[in-house]
Amino acid sequence: MTYSEKVMEHFSNPRNVGEIKNPDGLGEAGNPQCGDIMKIYLKVRDDAGGSAVIEDVKFKTFGCASAIASSSMATEMIKGKTVDEAWELTNTAVAEALDGLPPIKMHCSVLAEEAIHRALSDYREKRGLAAVPIREHDHEHEAV
Amino acid sequence: MQNVYLDHAATTPMDPEVLEAMTPYFTEVFGNPSSIYSFAAKSRAAIEKARGQVAAALNALPEEIFFTSSGTEADNWALKGTFEKLSAKGGHIITTKIEHHAVLHTGEYLEKTGGAGVTYLPVDAEGRIRMEDLKGAVTDKTVLVSVMFANNEIGTIQPVGEIGRFCRERGVLFHTDAVQAAAQLDIDVKELFIDMMSLSAHKMYGPKGTGAFYLRKGLKLENFVHGGGQEKGKRASTENVAGIVGMGAAVEKMKARLSQEKPRLSTLRDRLINGVLKAIPHAKLNGAMGEERLPNNTNFSFIGIEGETLLLDLDAKGISASTGSACTSGSLEPSHVLMAIGLTHEQAHGSLRLSLGRSTTDEQINYVLDMLPPIVAKRREMSPVWEKFLEA
Repeated sequence: MTYSEKVMEHFSNPRNVGEIKNPDGLGEAGNPQCGDIMKIYLKVRDDAGGSAVIEDVKFKTFGCASAIASSSMATEMIKGKTVDEAWELTNTAVAEALDGLPPIKMHCSVLAEEAIHRALSDYREKRGLAAVPIREHDHEHEAV
Repeated sequence: MQNVYLDHAATTPMDPEVLEAMTPYFTEVFGNPSSIYSFAAKSRAAIEKARGQVAAALNALPEEIFFTSSGTEADNWALKGTFEKLSAKGGHIITTKIEHHAVLHTGEYLEKTGGAGVTYLPVDAEGRIRMEDLKGAVTDKTVLVSVMFANNEIGTIQPVGEIGRFCRERGVLFHTDAVQAAAQLDIDVKELFIDMMSLSAHKMYGPKGTGAFYLRKGLKLENFVHGGGQEKGKRASTENVAGIVGMGAAVEKMKARLSQEKPRLSTLRDRLINGVLKAIPHAKLNGAMGEERLPNNTNFSFIGIEGETLLLDLDAKGISASTGSACTSGSLEPSHVLMAIGLTHEQAHGSLRLSLGRSTTDEQINYVLDMLPPIVAKRREMSPVWEKFLEA
């Protein structure tokens, strides 16, 4: 199993590591049994009349190289986007942006999508907005 | 950048002198050992010399040594051969939860296809079986006890002599997988009451693809590979002459170096262990200490970190290591050995094995002790598991 250069680059120099105090949205995905947990923090700017924009995003991840690279890439991809645009981010888009993940590691990109969806749901709840159902993924490592 | 190989439990580099001993048997001395003409007798003689070398290192008789393709094959032979021969007397096998998969999966196979009953003994927090558990598990149907000499992941050495004596007294056969131990320890099969033992050449600076099976004189197992008359018909197929010569040379050399290498490695090992435990907060040593641990094995858990991350960060610094994390095994579960000694999933995922060898120096240990703590700190910094651990 080998990782793409992009995965290794994001793994070695992950972007957006850290946390945000009093985040507007906080989402967590994964579990210690599988060996990966991802936590996403959002700071959202609500523009009057316009779409809310993700002004800042941070992550903390326990997991393998692909989990860390997926977190780094996914946070890069939603930074500065509207919350609606961020909701559309899929795990395959994250994996593609990393020039692919080994099949057994695809679940790491799924974790990134899930953690972002949970953070956005948390944001909606805090703002009193209607909940949007989160796409469910099998817990198994997919595409094995 | 330094190049520090600390995965000798996975495999070792070939000793150049071993390679030199092997080379003629690929080219000039190519005769089939089974052929009648005098040229082939050289190949035959080379095999018998190697058999003598392996036997001498173990205090065994040459006729008690059979060459195989690997330690895994020898493990398969021990379990399947015993079960097939003795299943009429009762098909009960006792082994442990921390065996190599070569034993565990063979046991599961016999349960599934042969109707064997297999008991997997638990181990204590350092990875040792308890004699009372073994004594309590033996029944009239028990035909084989298979307990590894020393564990490949955590290095804990089992009370082999005690197990052997008990089995001999109870009339139960005793097999031990000594693939790791034979490269590090003096083993006397007679003194330890061992009936069967598995060995592998590539863990002791010999070639990959060659192993050996010790079978005590007088014991009868089912033949393992059916075909010609090689290895007394028990393990047919044209012999891997060069590989066997390499194994003989490697064992002999390993044995000759042992009295120096064992204390040298034990000292380096303990320096590495003490250094890591001192420099890294909440680092845990997995396995036993001192004489009950292989001289070349260290295994740590760093809570908050996933093992694959560690391996890649260490690799970027030129250090080759291994982990019991699930992320590198292709399965969801972390190492069965680390789970059996009672680690949490988080601890098992955050494990690191550094196994020393002939090339390991004081400077390399210093280098690891310089490189490892900042890597652990950096990855913990971004870990929600570490954050949670600190809160608790």
